[in-house]
Amino acid sequence: MDRIVQALVEIVGTPYVSDSAEERYFYGRDPGLMPAHAPDYVVLPRSVEEIQAIVRLAGREKIALVPMGAGMSLSGLVIPQRGGIVLDMKRMDRILKVNEAARYVVVEGGTSTGKLHAHLNRYYPRLRFSTPDSPAAATVAANVMIHGQGRLTQQQGFNSDMVSGLEVVLPSGELCRIGSCALSDDWFSKGPPLPDLSGLFLGWFGATGILTKVGIKLYPRKKMRDVEIFITDSPDFVPGILYELTHTEMAEDINIFAQPLPLIFSGNHHIVIYFTGDSAEEMELKKRILFHALDGFIRNKDGGFMTVGEGMKKTLLDMPQRSATTFADVTKGGGFEYSGPIVPIDRYPGCSRKLDELAVKYDLKYHATARIIDKGHAMMFAFSFTFNRADEDMLNRTRMALSEASEYALSIGGLFWKPTLDEQRIALEKMDPQTARLMKRIKEELDPQGIMNPGNWEGI
Amino acid sequence: MYQLKFDEKRCLGCPDGACLVQCQYLNFEADPARKEMVKIFRGEDSPVLQDCVTCYACEEYCKRGNHPFYLINERREDKGILTAPRAITRQWIHIGEPKGKYELGKIGKIALSFGFMPQLKEITRGRLFEDVMPSYFFGQEFFCNVVYIHFADTKVFKERLPVVIENIHKLGVEEVIFLHDECYAAFTSLAPAYGMEVPFKSVHYFEYLYNRLTALKDRIKPLNVKVVYQRPCSNRLCGDSHLFVQKIMDRIGATLVQRTYQDETALCCGSIFRAMYGYDLMADVQGRNLEDMAQSGAEYCIFNCHGCMNALSPLVAARGMTPLHMIDLCRMAIGEKPEGGQ
Repeated sequence: MDRIVQALVEIVGTPYVSDSAEERYFYGRDPGLMPAHAPDYVVLPRSVEEIQAIVRLAGREKIALVPMGAGMSLSGLVIPQRGGIVLDMKRMDRILKVNEAARYVVVEGGTSTGKLHAHLNRYYPRLRFSTPDSPAAATVAANVMIHGQGRLTQQQGFNSDMVSGLEVVLPSGELCRIGSCALSDDWFSKGPPLPDLSGLFLGWFGATGILTKVGIKLYPRKKMRDVEIFITDSPDFVPGILYELTHTEMAEDINIFAQPLPLIFSGNHHIVIYFTGDSAEEMELKKRILFHALDGFIRNKDGGFMTVGEGMKKTLLDMPQRSATTFADVTKGGGFEYSGPIVPIDRYPGCSRKLDELAVKYDLKYHATARIIDKGHAMMFAFSFTFNRADEDMLNRTRMALSEASEYALSIGGLFWKPTLDEQRIALEKMDPQTARLMKRIKEELDPQGIMNPGNWEGI
Repeated sequence: MYQLKFDEKRCLGCPDGACLVQCQYLNFEADPARKEMVKIFRGEDSPVLQDCVTCYACEEYCKRGNHPFYLINERREDKGILTAPRAITRQWIHIGEPKGKYELGKIGKIALSFGFMPQLKEITRGRLFEDVMPSYFFGQEFFCNVVYIHFADTKVFKERLPVVIENIHKLGVEEVIFLHDECYAAFTSLAPAYGMEVPFKSVHYFEYLYNRLTALKDRIKPLNVKVVYQRPCSNRLCGDSHLFVQKIMDRIGATLVQRTYQDETALCCGSIFRAMYGYDLMADVQGRNLEDMAQSGAEYCIFNCHGCMNALSPLVAARGMTPLHMIDLCRMAIGEKPEGGQ
């Protein structure tokens, strides 16, 4: 038996270690377009102590170590670029604590968003978290690690802004708690009023440590939830519409979609407005305020509220939404990927027109979606394309379109969201050199051997 | 291109200006009303062209055979006066675009038209329809396109309606039972008003239901329920069919409760108002209508149009009434279980 396999078996037990070709194939890719690269070993720990032992082993042996949630970023963030060990967190999926009064939950690093969603539904019907629209297998830790967004992002910011504490195994194997939980068993704050150290880990994609526990804030779950769609025929009106809607502070979530198919959606931009309440009166009040916020656009005939039938309403109110799955099969062959930069909301018209241009240039089916972040401070604009995985030419055209979309986003002041390795390199080259040097010092200080998810946030 | 047949002399000799005097959304006395319609006919500016909310009721109020609403519509289009936001109009034009995805049953000499309302396929079941089903057609190829008169866009139906007529004609049907007012009105009101020939007989489903209930009268167990009826905007284009509402209720033993907003004073469901004008007009009209329904003490609110049903069902249910389509109410009367209750 391989020496490393033997060592891993001693830590986690035989069933949870593999170096077989089948496992290495599976763990060497994600559903996106990034090139595959197989790991040498796969390991599934069950405890913090096991993770610490694995990290120390990797350090001793100078083997790359890639922590992995569900592997659904689509941008290759857990593809082991230099082989080594993929550390699959899925066995660490316990929900450790819910503090109902202080509204937070603490979960293990491999807990799926679906499991947390179901747990709260069953035991805490008055609480919710910011459910992302990724498949339910996506983990809470990975979602905050990539600065994911969810159903409360319009109100509360990135899902990572809702973190209330972290437990991290450092590249040295030491265990470290971040936030109020460093002083007590209360997980109500990830930093303030202390220095906020969560930034040493969030957004680093595991290159500075492994999240073994995550505290996230919970929020009131209202009894009723509804959705309206305001449509306009020009992207130029969208920023103004969003400004008025966010000013009301009445919306739970605000998304936008625009797509040429089916024909009913062609040529219009659909601003999907969710709102919640505990009574019919509260719902009606919020609806009235939201409608009135857009009276000027309606009067000028620049937009109006469309009729949302029962079937469409049901689809939209689903959490997580499954429409991306449907979209992925518009072009037969099941491929779907997007470039989703974070941009100021006034860049919507430019992004929309760029997407139209790219779809024509590369002859691809497309779909624009956007999610408003933190009452309009920014938005995630997704340049989404669907492709046939068996069509190499189409795959190349999609890669080129995505690359061009990312370049465009950067040129208009946007930031890459869950950037590929190439995008990370471009971002590091563009950013203030002193900032890039600070990032490099942080990385070298925490991971001097460069074993943690190598390739990520390097290239400086 | 087809031209609207409109006789100015009928307006000049009109004794009461009923089209605008009776309007529930505009405020005109008889003499100014008459003059306003003549101005509109002559292509002059009129506040009516800005303020009409497209409830269609003036088509019914005019007893002199003119088409006041169709005329308003023509002039709005001539002057580029939009009723709806551009995006809403665009969306509706796309909805009705033929896509080659129509559906045909086993077509006989008599056929049911589902227009483009899939819900109708679900409720046209049981003994009421056994003598005609499965002879039906469905899809944009058979969609009447009358809805565009809400949007002052006559070009769409002028282009599409003759094609739809031809599509139906090609099926070889002699008689079509229309399950939606707009479709029935397309062939009995709009097409004749524009000089389009219709080579088949059009029957409103209310008349069909009444005749079937008469044929099945031995099966009817009087419902002994109190109901209100939500009259849709498009029924104003085919007022002859409205007479069957009371006749059907009498036949099935349901009491059509008297209320303020019924028959000629019926109020719109608000669905089109929300899309075109926003919250206030919709809320005002829906609020008055629902309060009137609730005050009547009715147990059921009976719908004719699924658009109205979609807009009002939750609101009706919240006030303790059961929303039900007319067809389902009739099926209940002959001991069948409704399909479309909410």
